[in-house]
Amino acid sequence: MKKTLVSPEVQLRVEQLQTDYTNCIDDERYAEWPTLFAENCLYKIISRDNHRKKMPFGFLYCDNRRMLRDRIASMANANVFEPHCYRHILSRSEVSHADGVLVAKTGYIVFRIMHDGSHALFSTGTYLDQIIEVEGEFVFKERVVVTDSSSIDALLVIPL
Amino acid sequence: MHQTIRFHPNITWPTEDASRIPFGVFTDQALYDLEQNVIFRGSNWSFVAMEIEIPNVGDYKTTFVGDTPVIVARDTHGKINCVVNRCAHRGSTLCFDQSGNTEDFTCVYHNWRYDLEGNLVSVAFQNGVKQVGGMPADFKRCEHNLTKARVETFAGLVFTTFSDETPPLKEYLGERMAGHMARVFHRPVQILGTYSQTLHSNWKLYMENVKDSYHASLLHTFFTTFKLNRLTMEGGVQIDGGGGHHISWSKRGTDSATGTAYEKAGELRALLDDFSLADPSLIKSWVEYEDGITHAIQSIFPTFVLQQIQNSLAIRVLVPRSVDKSELYWILFGYVDDTPEQRDMRLRQSNLVGPAGLVSMEDGIIGNFIQRGIKRETEKSAVLEMGGRVVEDQQSRVSEAAVRGFWQAYRARMGV
Repeated sequence: MKKTLVSPEVQLRVEQLQTDYTNCIDDERYAEWPTLFAENCLYKIISRDNHRKKMPFGFLYCDNRRMLRDRIASMANANVFEPHCYRHILSRSEVSHADGVLVAKTGYIVFRIMHDGSHALFSTGTYLDQIIEVEGEFVFKERVVVTDSSSIDALLVIPL
Repeated sequence: MHQTIRFHPNITWPTEDASRIPFGVFTDQALYDLEQNVIFRGSNWSFVAMEIEIPNVGDYKTTFVGDTPVIVARDTHGKINCVVNRCAHRGSTLCFDQSGNTEDFTCVYHNWRYDLEGNLVSVAFQNGVKQVGGMPADFKRCEHNLTKARVETFAGLVFTTFSDETPPLKEYLGERMAGHMARVFHRPVQILGTYSQTLHSNWKLYMENVKDSYHASLLHTFFTTFKLNRLTMEGGVQIDGGGGHHISWSKRGTDSATGTAYEKAGELRALLDDFSLADPSLIKSWVEYEDGITHAIQSIFPTFVLQQIQNSLAIRVLVPRSVDKSELYWILFGYVDDTPEQRDMRLRQSNLVGPAGLVSMEDGIIGNFIQRGIKRETEKSAVLEMGGRVVEDQQSRVSEAAVRGFWQAYRARMGV
């Protein structure tokens, strides 16, 4: 697959989408999170080991925006967990056109901050994205979160 | 009324029966060490692999029996062996890969080499260099094999034990437990995903949680919140193995939301409130087995779990790390001959389980809640009286009988 570089403007817009995404989660505006995706989208979280082995099942799988919305509704209304929030740090995005789709690869680090003030590294990994333009806005057609570790500490409820 | 029985310097057991559990059993370091010898290195079978993980000669994986590191390998005869992952020379970890294929295991420290059965086959410079130095003339390689454990397989599941006194695996499981495992593994399966989660709690707190059919709809509110509860037609708990094994099962209507008003509400998103699923395809399911059982959690003493939650099939194995920490390993699987539609439903239902599971995530933290709560109350006890004080089959899942069963088996094995 031949990769072609993108214009500075496209690069900037992709990185702005990444920033909007992490701010949305880190600012705890979870209800807005699904709006960063296309209606028909893929969001999944899978370990690097399983991703390499092409295992079909990961930690989490959503293939439309309604499923994303249900995740957030469940987090808000059903699931029991101690209050906590995330802080994302991203690498720059490697962006290219491949087979007519805008493809981005971005490294991330997520710290988890618990309500009692304790905080620790929670996850590191890579976002493998496909990005499309819908009504003038860049949104995720696909976001595969590949976690470097195969182990989750305690539980994962806030999306990575 | 209750007779006080002391079985351990730091623990006082308040009752003869298993209706009271002194919290010290979850915090005591000496007890934890004793468990490693008596339970995990003693007369019990521990799950170490699915046969399909190591299908070929030379295939191996590394795992744990309790907190003992082991290698599980298929030898040149096709037989599966389990050995302690410790070089017989100076004690180094022999194999530090998760899995792979090899002809032999060679220690990186001094190149002592073992075959797939764990026999020492060569020692670097055994005869010295140019006949100078080397091992003494009376050094016998056969006296320095790896520590070997017994291995038996059932229904494609590989179990191991370090004790010669452990009864044969099928006898250990018993007819009902073996029957349930054979029911799930009645045709070839395929691994669909693996992961683990770190539990900040004693291993026994997770095993209590697995056997606790009372908490299911109380702690895990996903189904009730989204009004997905259906009348439980039938259900119960079976207990075997002196209390150590259990199956909690139920049969639910599996009409799911397909074609119902619920699904239509999901389609009309304008009507959607916070307490309906926008995409009910998550809970689409089919009746997987002829017996009509839709939910079954089985545990085999000490730390093996087989899960059927609708069409989400998984093995869970708990590995104790220390007195207050454990790692829970998940293997999600389906059948090789799943139709694309069935595989898609399993994939959607995989959202229900694991550390990010909409139904199960709370199990990742509840043991830690207890571990924190009991810190300075180790002389106090947990109360286990739901469904009575006995250990026997239950017609209702609103019961702690299987939890009591675990403690009955634990006390018998620990000799207390």
